[in-house]
Amino acid sequence: MTTIAVRGGTVIDSTGSRRADVVVSDEGVILAVGAGLDGDRRLDASGGIVSPGLVDLHAHLRQPGREDAETIATGARGAALGGFTAVVAMPNTTPVIDTAAVVTEVRQLAADACCEVYPSAAITVGRKGEALTPMAELVGLGVRIFTDDGDGVQDAAVMRNALEYARGLGHLTGGQPVVLAQHCEVAALTRGGYMHEGEWSSRLGIGGQPAEAEELMVMRDIALSRLTGGRVHFQHLSTAGSVAMVRAAKNAGLPVTAEATPHHFTLTDECCAAYDPVFKVHPPLRTAADTAAVRAGLADGTIDAIATDHAPHTTADKEKPFDAAPPGMLGLETAFAVARTELDLPVEAVLALMSWRPAAVAGIADRHGGPVAPGAPANLCVIDPDAEWTVSGAAMASPSRNTPFEGRAVRGRVRHTIRRGEAVVVDGEAQA
Amino acid sequence: MSRHLLSISDLGADRIEAILDLSEKFAEVGQRKIPRVPALRGKTVAWLFYEDSTRTRLSFETAAKRLSADTMNFSVSTSSVNKGESLRDTVETIDAMGIDAIVVRHGCAGVPHQVGGWIDASVINAGDGWHEHPTQALLDLYTARTRLGDLAGKKVTIVGDIRHSRVARSNVLGFSAVGASVTLVAPGPLLPPSLEGWPVSVSHDLDATLADTDICYLLRMQQERQKRALVPSLREFRATYGIDARRADLLGDDALIMHPGPMNRGVEIDGDVADRPNAVITEQVANGVAVRMAVLFLLLGSGLDQLDDQMAAA
Repeated sequence: MTTIAVRGGTVIDSTGSRRADVVVSDEGVILAVGAGLDGDRRLDASGGIVSPGLVDLHAHLRQPGREDAETIATGARGAALGGFTAVVAMPNTTPVIDTAAVVTEVRQLAADACCEVYPSAAITVGRKGEALTPMAELVGLGVRIFTDDGDGVQDAAVMRNALEYARGLGHLTGGQPVVLAQHCEVAALTRGGYMHEGEWSSRLGIGGQPAEAEELMVMRDIALSRLTGGRVHFQHLSTAGSVAMVRAAKNAGLPVTAEATPHHFTLTDECCAAYDPVFKVHPPLRTAADTAAVRAGLADGTIDAIATDHAPHTTADKEKPFDAAPPGMLGLETAFAVARTELDLPVEAVLALMSWRPAAVAGIADRHGGPVAPGAPANLCVIDPDAEWTVSGAAMASPSRNTPFEGRAVRGRVRHTIRRGEAVVVDGEAQA
Repeated sequence: MSRHLLSISDLGADRIEAILDLSEKFAEVGQRKIPRVPALRGKTVAWLFYEDSTRTRLSFETAAKRLSADTMNFSVSTSSVNKGESLRDTVETIDAMGIDAIVVRHGCAGVPHQVGGWIDASVINAGDGWHEHPTQALLDLYTARTRLGDLAGKKVTIVGDIRHSRVARSNVLGFSAVGASVTLVAPGPLLPPSLEGWPVSVSHDLDATLADTDICYLLRMQQERQKRALVPSLREFRATYGIDARRADLLGDDALIMHPGPMNRGVEIDGDVADRPNAVITEQVANGVAVRMAVLFLLLGSGLDQLDDQMAAA
């Protein structure tokens, strides 16, 4: 057994903040937390924050199917560079993650990755919105989140059935919830739309996606959660109306959770004015009133987590005409810094939104996001909360370059990342 | 003038006036026995049309030839685009052959903006999706000015499918830039979802609007709008928003009827209305050549100082 001592930092976790060194073993366990500790190898954390590793509820790793845009290896490397020790991989791959075989393939591909990859699986076969996937079998393989992300489940009866079916799977998970995560979008209202519908889409002559297309499905699924008692997680909330409805649903005691992305609380539809498809994303960038509402939702606890919706696309795909280019943005390497820079929140609150709260939503709180204490899994990151740097897509681990924050000066940088006791990022450099 | 013409908003009132003044000069060239001047000799203009177009392409081509430019026609249907070549690769291939300007039409809004970021040549937007068709607006302004004189204070009514119309977007910007006031008349689903920042007023009562209109501008109504349930039927559209003889009579004697073509006779405009003397639809087409000569010259020419010599050298 060899050990690493993370020395000189301030430990921040869900229990609070204190100055402490942390010693981890290559067996993946935290051995000791305290003053004046040492190990076989030292990692300097002075001036930095030692936090449970970050957890991303929403990443597109593109494998299998689009290995030219991203692989599990490159995506996990980017995640580790961004401070993440766990990411939930979205199932809209080719083939779709909707069978035991594809879940197993993703797990095998991720076995040696820099970050733990938890595959989510589709709610419906082929993400077509019709037949349910073999959810019990997939839960047996460790899947906890089901989603047709990229599309919402359009048919209310199918969504109702999925919620009722998922409720009955708790006995397979030892009580961990099985969550249905919804990309809320009524397709009939977004067909032919490529950006937020409003002043800018009208001026630019681009078909629009009204905020109401998202809000109608948020409203419907809150109602279905009430009807079935099933847990719904709302992905990438982007409108003021959605945030208000989720707030009301939580106040009413319904089992709903929500996430928001850094781009939805920083960028607006005006970014599309030069027709650069790098700013095309689903749900679309909306108005300043919406970004303000998302920030308020993050601040008051309505929104449980900051998720990246990391969506790599090749430069060739992002140079297509705006209508034809695929939606999505890189996010893993910028999420913490953008949140730290843009949100008027203390760093503890940002870490809660990016580590322990998403870990709870994903049902992986036993492995990630837990308090930094002896015996706990050694999944940690060390962050310089005030280090300034400039975003560059070319410098990222992904073969794709589609960051909407190119050239932006941001604050807060990941120094080290430790996954299962192994230093996968040291001084901002990936080790594998 | 900037290197490209992507939107009417690239031009101010002064530049629009300058283009219209220059168009007048070039219109005279069209009357000559040999309608050609050497103003763009040695320059090469390429066409990249991803959408079918007869009138716009022929109009640009005639304009370029009258200025003695070489032209290069990249026909999408017979090109490598059908073999899956990307837009950027196609554009850079054409650019590599040595061109001074590229005239782009594409079904998606913003493509000319994207093209402008990839190459050094001037880009002229010949229509991009629902966004803009700036040379159409310029030729419309030229036609209206030729008939009515100064357009400041004139009342323009644009009728029909505004939402999906690049012609409407360019004309709203163009007419309001020269001081005309613009009213849009359309059924709700054919108006843009937001008119925030548009210098227009909106009416659904065409009869009331026509009585106080100097220029009635009709847009082509596409069959597919009916299929998508944006209007109940073309019959009802004609009854509510089409210009028949009765409505045409509501216009003052000097008021113009304009249409960018191609017309759907019997839908947005009745056949005999289109043939009235105050319907200037074929004049619009004829003026297109002179206006496009002016645009090409201002983007590619050696400057207005030398134009008179070049005009005389023909």
